[in-house]
Amino acid sequence: MLTSILEQLINGLRTGSIYALIALGYTMVYGIAKMINFAHGDIIMVGAYTLYIGIALLHLPVIPAMILTAVVCSVLGVLIEKIAYKPLRKAPPLAVLITAIGMSYFLQSMALLIFSSTPIPFKSVINLETVQIGSVHISGITIITLLVTTITMVALTLFINKTRAGSAMRAVSEDRGAAELMGINVNKTISMTFAIGSALAAVAGILYICQYQSLRPTLGALPGIKAFVAAVLGGIGSVPGAMLGGIVLGIIESLAKAYISTELADAIVFGVLVIVLLVRPAGLLGKKKLVKV
Amino acid sequence: MKKISNKQVWKNIGIILISYIAVTLLLNSGLLNRQYTSLLVPIAINVMLAVSLNLVTGFLGELSLGHAGFMSIGAYTGALISLNLGKTGILPEPVAFAAAVLCGGIVAAVFGFLIGVPVLRLRGDYLAITTLAFGEIIKSVINSMKITNGAKGLNKIPLYSNYKNYTVVFILMVITVLAISNLMRSRDGRAITAIRDNDIAAESIGIKISHYKVKAFAISAFFAGVAGVLYAHNVGILKPGTFDYNKSIEILVIVVLGGMGSIPGSVIAAVILTILPELLRGADNMRMLLYAIVLIAMMIFNNSRIKEGLMMNRTVKKLTGKGE
Repeated sequence: MLTSILEQLINGLRTGSIYALIALGYTMVYGIAKMINFAHGDIIMVGAYTLYIGIALLHLPVIPAMILTAVVCSVLGVLIEKIAYKPLRKAPPLAVLITAIGMSYFLQSMALLIFSSTPIPFKSVINLETVQIGSVHISGITIITLLVTTITMVALTLFINKTRAGSAMRAVSEDRGAAELMGINVNKTISMTFAIGSALAAVAGILYICQYQSLRPTLGALPGIKAFVAAVLGGIGSVPGAMLGGIVLGIIESLAKAYISTELADAIVFGVLVIVLLVRPAGLLGKKKLVKV
Repeated sequence: MKKISNKQVWKNIGIILISYIAVTLLLNSGLLNRQYTSLLVPIAINVMLAVSLNLVTGFLGELSLGHAGFMSIGAYTGALISLNLGKTGILPEPVAFAAAVLCGGIVAAVFGFLIGVPVLRLRGDYLAITTLAFGEIIKSVINSMKITNGAKGLNKIPLYSNYKNYTVVFILMVITVLAISNLMRSRDGRAITAIRDNDIAAESIGIKISHYKVKAFAISAFFAGVAGVLYAHNVGILKPGTFDYNKSIEILVIVVLGGMGSIPGSVIAAVILTILPELLRGADNMRMLLYAIVLIAMMIFNNSRIKEGLMMNRTVKKLTGKGE
């Protein structure tokens, strides 16, 4: 019993850390551009397909294929911002949200046109033996996932807190107008945020596809929505909040699947979101904002 | 607010009668083939869904991504009533169908109220994502319940509202459109648009924000539920997967294309966007792409300088009749 709970917790930690990586992209973009980038989930999908093209069609070695994936996703993220979101900087939030939904739909239908809806099988590029600690089995992919996400999160935290570019990002997120007056290039900072967020989504996409091993045009939708839930859960706009939210959500999901019902797991995850939002409308670590007329 | 003149009322009655006669003539003259007659009911259903979503998204100004959830509640309630009461002969068919429509709407409205009370405390983006969450919760609960037959869904639902009974469908559609457009002309309607334009200002002049928000949400859910009942009795089969997030987005596309806060716009867009895929048959993937481009292009155009320029232009003002 204890072993099974431990294994479920570790499973939850694995999916949770993938959610956390995706949630970081949502939360960073929200912090800076004050918008929900609904297309973020579909960038995971683009990442997964790029990895597939790199390895199965172009026969690249694993590491260059992964770098290619990250680069393609970052460029795509920046392009999406320039084409679809930038003209709407001063538009009402509803218009921006609808545009983002449109963008997500656009990426999905492009993938549908190019690759068709039949799932493409994909062999994991991460091959590591299962490790046994006591009576608990931990698969190789879990270890790699936890390692990669930990390193990425530490690097990101250092980047945001210690570098000049990172403090520019924090400044724009705090007050865009004041940051601009201080000589920060707002457009460049926003582009950089989209690039970093999309690169994180690419990493998440690689880890996700190595776990599920099947490519579909809609593969990004569900992890995208769940990661968004994680970001909101942790308090959107807060970087540590996204990490916490992702991991909490992953563990809840994995425990619900194992001990309550597989069918109801999604409902439970969304139920948790609703309850948290009602008790703390700004999320677990979010700051409450007062609105003035 | 302008008082509606008698002239306008007659004009509306005229439009309704002409469109009804046109549909009847088209059906009876055999000008329409099977493919197009089967579109009549879906058009009406989409009109009802779009107009009711417009109440929440266009007039109240809150993005709801769970409209398909209310539709599914109505559809399942209605279908269960006709399967258990109408088909078994406990109630005569018209009574059973009337009961299905009413109960479908009411149950959806009750859920709209129950979901609306907590959700509408949130703002903007949070509200949108919570409605999405509720849509998904409704879908997975229906998927796991016994009475709804889980993922297999319900089938052999009596076809009370297929194209042969288009009169009923037409009347229900007209009732929906009239109810919502009259609501928007009433005191309540003005309160709802006031909340959209500036909620803090609205509150400060004594409008009870949450009261009107929940009201709009429940009314919108009611008509979505009725549309769901019509859908169930037109297709005859229900599966939980039909009412997913994509269905909600499809309705949203209609509202956005027609113009948020415009009821005639929603009606026209619903008609076009239901017929268009039929014309583009075989290019279903292209349809999704087209929807996406329409959404993005409309939003960018609406907020661009080009539109501002057009609105200031005298000839355009004359053409749209807004300059007077």
